[in-house]
Amino acid sequence: MSPVLREQLLLLPEYLQGHLALTFAALGAGIAMSVPLGIVASRSPRIRHPLLATVSLIQTVPGLAILALVVAMLGGQIGFLPAFIALTLYSMLPIMRNTVSGLEGVPAEVVEAARGIGLAPRQRLWKVELPLALPVIVAGIRTAAVWTVGMATLSTLVGASSFGNYIFIGIQTRNLTAVTVGSLAAAALAILLDTLIGSLQWIAERRAIGVGLRELRRAIVLAVTLSLAFAMALFFTLKPAPKPDFIVGGKPFTEQYILASLLAERLTAEGFLVEQNIGMGSDVIFNAIGSGTVDLYVEYSGTIWGSFMRREGNPGRAEITEITQTFVRERGLNPVGLAGFQNRYALAMRRERAEELGVVSVQDLAPLASMLSAGGDLEFFGRSEWKRLQSLYDLDFAQELTFDAALMYTAVEAGQVDVISAYSTDGRVAAYDLVLLEDPRQALLSYDAMLLASSAAAQDPRFTAALAPVLGAISDESMREANKIVDVEGRSVSEATAYLQAIINKPR
Amino acid sequence: MIELIHVQKSFDGGASYAVADTCLTIPRGELLALIGESGSGKTTTLKMINRLEEPTSGQVLVAGRDVLEQNLQELRRNIGYVFQGAGLFPHHNVARNVAAVPELLGWSKELIEARSREVCDLVGLPFDDYARRIPAELSGGQQQRVGVARALAARPDVLLMDEPFGALDPITRAGLQEEFRRIQQELDLTVVLVTHDMTEAMLMADRIAVMQGGELLQVGTASELLIHPTHDYVTQLMEMPRRRAERLERLMRAAE
Repeated sequence: MSPVLREQLLLLPEYLQGHLALTFAALGAGIAMSVPLGIVASRSPRIRHPLLATVSLIQTVPGLAILALVVAMLGGQIGFLPAFIALTLYSMLPIMRNTVSGLEGVPAEVVEAARGIGLAPRQRLWKVELPLALPVIVAGIRTAAVWTVGMATLSTLVGASSFGNYIFIGIQTRNLTAVTVGSLAAAALAILLDTLIGSLQWIAERRAIGVGLRELRRAIVLAVTLSLAFAMALFFTLKPAPKPDFIVGGKPFTEQYILASLLAERLTAEGFLVEQNIGMGSDVIFNAIGSGTVDLYVEYSGTIWGSFMRREGNPGRAEITEITQTFVRERGLNPVGLAGFQNRYALAMRRERAEELGVVSVQDLAPLASMLSAGGDLEFFGRSEWKRLQSLYDLDFAQELTFDAALMYTAVEAGQVDVISAYSTDGRVAAYDLVLLEDPRQALLSYDAMLLASSAAAQDPRFTAALAPVLGAISDESMREANKIVDVEGRSVSEATAYLQAIINKPR
Repeated sequence: MIELIHVQKSFDGGASYAVADTCLTIPRGELLALIGESGSGKTTTLKMINRLEEPTSGQVLVAGRDVLEQNLQELRRNIGYVFQGAGLFPHHNVARNVAAVPELLGWSKELIEARSREVCDLVGLPFDDYARRIPAELSGGQQQRVGVARALAARPDVLLMDEPFGALDPITRAGLQEEFRRIQQELDLTVVLVTHDMTEAMLMADRIAVMQGGELLQVGTASELLIHPTHDYVTQLMEMPRRRAERLERLMRAAE
């Protein structure tokens, strides 16, 4: 077995547990709410319409948006709870709709007969209507189960672990093995659940036409076996997870995965029990630190300046660091210090081409720009940094082309464009032998990597002591090399982490 | 046994009456046929006896007690009801269908089993052969026999029947009609039978009540209705079986 695959499979129990727990909890809650509501709705046309319209409406909202809305409604809380609530809401429509149509499908003469021989309304429901509607209700649960398994992968983005961790982290770190393992695992779980509930549906259908249990033996055996398998999977993965001392978070791209892993290792070495919770969006994780559901992550000063503070202009690297640190403190986050490197936008050229043209800084580029073409990622030419760059240096390229980030690098490598908007710590800068042009007029913002901690963590002297060696220890080159290990060489995040550990531990 | 005293029923708050000011007394042991076209109010009248519908005004007495003053479920459990198309529970076998009312009444298991055996034999379905069969496996006639057995299981004195034989083929129907009449007389049941088939009414009923447009036109024995019809509609209704009987008689004579 390849080491990459082995590394991924080691994560399986944790992700399986997260996925199973989420799916079963949400499905259970979905059934517990939707079946009674469906019964009420089938009794009263006045309630039915608004009720079904509401759950249909929830269903039309994209899954990701529901997750984001639930997180917002919970005041920024991330993890199991918001994912559970969102999945529960999502599972309700098929169950409720099938409960209503199942009950409506009970033949009128049978209901009339039940009334006529003196069954009270409650007895009618339990002894006649529900048994006859059950096959349709179970079919709804079956649909909901498959949806829930699929949507549970998205809960990674709000910090609940699931097979989605494989998929999202795999996509970001170009780890096809992880994406494949995650997709296959989710598909297998969906198929197993579908089979289990399918056999329950088959049993319910036969029971509804009076077939005795003896004739259904084989389906019952299948259902019981599968249920036991699920129960055992839950049991074995549900090793009572000890509550971690700290949770390290990360945004969904390679550099963040490496840093989260590095910080987690430092804290673990200090004797702390650490959990990693990576793959969340900037906003989600920033708020999670403030509310204490995540204890540590790395943010970039330029991102805080531009995205959270919505400031324009560039007062310089030191100033931005200063102002953004004050800002995060006001928001209840605690800056631990700077890692040393910054991951900023920088104009980059192939070394050969730069030397040929005699270009060292953006300044040198200005007179030649009318003969050169520039490539940017999807947002670069729309950012205020680009406008500032143009006006400060009087840049006017012959051509401005927009690319996907990966294609942008291959374009400059192939000579299709002369200059690109590279990320300063991107591994591909080294791999393609690009030079980053100097920016003497400071048109581009600085993006210093800044460790942000929750208040609880920041107050622990052992926590800050464990992180102290990291501060100022990671240079642009080191970070670039670490990213290259994953992005260009296709090796694992843990190898990149080991590389950084060696640099930090080297006596200075 | 059953008394309807100035009973009225309106489904639209009094704008029109499905059953208008009806008085009717049915003595113990009588089989009364309620006959009329669809919309004549015959089924509504039947349903007011076990409160599947409640009268807008007037009183319905069963065994001398106002049905509105009795516990709804108890009332229904003490009145057998046979539905058009049997209305069996498709998810229960014959034994459980027949045992439905005794179970509701809390009879012991042994008693239920013994009684089920009795009523199944009574309606011509040997219990051991049929107890485990499910409704989907039975013919229409067999289903209706189970329907009758279910209605009789709890030993009711009163039986309501809503076009019980309407969906059956003529041969099965004739057999069941005769058999049922025998059972009714044997058990001294008070029966209200809703039908739109005058021949059925004449052959089975002690008395026939003719309804039209919510009005009870005439109540009497078949011969009373034949000899002294009070309305043209009654005359019309009697015309068809009379002509058929005459034709049949001619045919029979010719054959002899």
